[in-house]
Amino acid sequence: MLTADPPAAARYRALRQATRDGDPADAVETLRAMSRDVRRTVVEMIDRARLGHLGGDLSVTDILVALFGAVLDVDPEDPTAPGRDRLILSKGHCAAALYATLARCGYFARSELATFMAPLSALGGHPDRRKVPGVESNTGPLGHGLPVAVGCALAARLRAEPWRTVVVLGDGELQEGSNWEAAMAAGHQGLGSLTAVVDRNRLQQGARTEETNALEPLSAKWAAFGWETREVDGHDHGALLAALRPTGTDRPVAVIARTVKGKGLSFAEDQVEWHHRVPDEEQVRLAFEELAR
Amino acid sequence: MTPAPDAATHDCRQVFAEELAALAREDRRVVAVCNDSVGSSNLVAFRGEFPDRLIDVGIAEQNMVGVGAGLANGGLVPFVSAAGPFLTGRALEQIKADVAYSGRKVVLCGQSPGLAYGELGPTHHSVEDLSWLRAVDGLTVLVPTDRAQTRAAVRWAHAHDGPSYLRIPRFRVPDVIPADAPFAPDRPPVLRDGTDVAVIAVGTAVSRALAAADALAADGVSVRVVNTPFVAPLDADALLAAVAGVRALVTVEEATLSGGLGAAVAALVAERRPTPMRLLGVTGFAPTGDAAFLLEHFGLTAEGIRRAAHEALAMAGAGVGRP
Repeated sequence: MLTADPPAAARYRALRQATRDGDPADAVETLRAMSRDVRRTVVEMIDRARLGHLGGDLSVTDILVALFGAVLDVDPEDPTAPGRDRLILSKGHCAAALYATLARCGYFARSELATFMAPLSALGGHPDRRKVPGVESNTGPLGHGLPVAVGCALAARLRAEPWRTVVVLGDGELQEGSNWEAAMAAGHQGLGSLTAVVDRNRLQQGARTEETNALEPLSAKWAAFGWETREVDGHDHGALLAALRPTGTDRPVAVIARTVKGKGLSFAEDQVEWHHRVPDEEQVRLAFEELAR
Repeated sequence: MTPAPDAATHDCRQVFAEELAALAREDRRVVAVCNDSVGSSNLVAFRGEFPDRLIDVGIAEQNMVGVGAGLANGGLVPFVSAAGPFLTGRALEQIKADVAYSGRKVVLCGQSPGLAYGELGPTHHSVEDLSWLRAVDGLTVLVPTDRAQTRAAVRWAHAHDGPSYLRIPRFRVPDVIPADAPFAPDRPPVLRDGTDVAVIAVGTAVSRALAAADALAADGVSVRVVNTPFVAPLDADALLAAVAGVRALVTVEEATLSGGLGAAVAALVAERRPTPMRLLGVTGFAPTGDAAFLLEHFGLTAEGIRRAAHEALAMAGAGVGRP
């Protein structure tokens, strides 16, 4: 099990304090900088490992940064505190983005990221909570995060505790029926403490979602299951923060975050083949150049 | 050969429900999760006493097991109860990833396991569960035999720091496990001592193994009857100690032979102590018939066990497996 990096955790707590209590424009600037850092880190990790899911990592980055950077009540130095907010990354193949974010928050030392997918690394291709603090459930097979999140939200209610559960879903994985079993249950149970964020990049491994097994009208589907829905630009940190606010009602919230797969890399944006392609030397150079802007 | 359903036999779902309710009174973390199976899991009284702590997710087994894992994440101790075939077959990936691989303490309760659903057919039989779940790392697989062992299994799973699967017997069985019998992974109860052949039995097969031992005594064969409620992980040293000294082995289980208890024992003795052996269990999809008929059909009877013991001893007598 990796252990916390206390100085990084302290910097993270200060950052989150500032994004919550400071000027909203400053908060957005801070989160944008954090996203640039996470994206560069992801490219480094995938370049070194010569493996990874670059497209989805870059589409989900701003969502994870908004959540950890401003929304979640978590303490990287006490990652299993009973009253913590729960963040479940259902699209577990985007582990690199999660690891880069967790390291940025001080859950473990940034130097560990250099071991991503190396033999015996704690940081495998999909997250393992028995090795990586901050991981709430082991995901990888699709359609697993939402049912677990429903269980978390039920636990909070049974314990009469105020913590929230947020699950980040890929859009392609919504083709898995287990999501809709869970969506139905969350609506029926009235789980207002549950938020599902859909990384709606419109691409799945082999093709566009709408060409494969269409998801639209997606908001209407969630609404039909009893959820409040919010559609936002998933790369606009300010809009994400607004969409991630608690409801104060007994309805779970689905945030449909419109994103671009491969976001930030001109050669990869919205390209099906960049689901898990690894950039070559020239593309890596270009990536760092583009991500520095 | 088949014990008649009478007052001396029992459907163990009742004691499962009683024990679960008792635990719920002692431990506020205990919750039940089911799939429109309140009645068939015998949880009506539990719901009456703890209405908030029974979560019925409807007919949705994948969600049911995921919800169990989430409740465990939230600090509760969920008993996820559903008909065995659907709990284990439909939600196998959730059992693997959300429960076992995630290291979540969830108690999976397979109701009406084995051939209990009889005439409803192979869709409703749960004979693959032991094979599937033995293969899942970190999951303890428990097959209690009678009422006392069902209570013990529920208690053990509650106390255990990890996930487990319990097969809750529905097919009526007599009480055969002595009150002072141990219930621990490293202490398989020896229900009868003998020197020629050991019959290793679980669940419904145990009372039949004891009856077979009587019949074999009349044939001049001394039978040891060993019960292994902890099917996985199988404690190798404890089992080898329990069967030390016999010339042949017979395993009996109400489950497919492809990977269940018999396969586990066979793999163990092949590596550690080659011994002539016969395996009794379910082979192929069952024909139509009630559970008692199907147990007869597959030879899971005292007579079937008697025959298998003679065959195993004949192999031993012919030198099979001897150095």
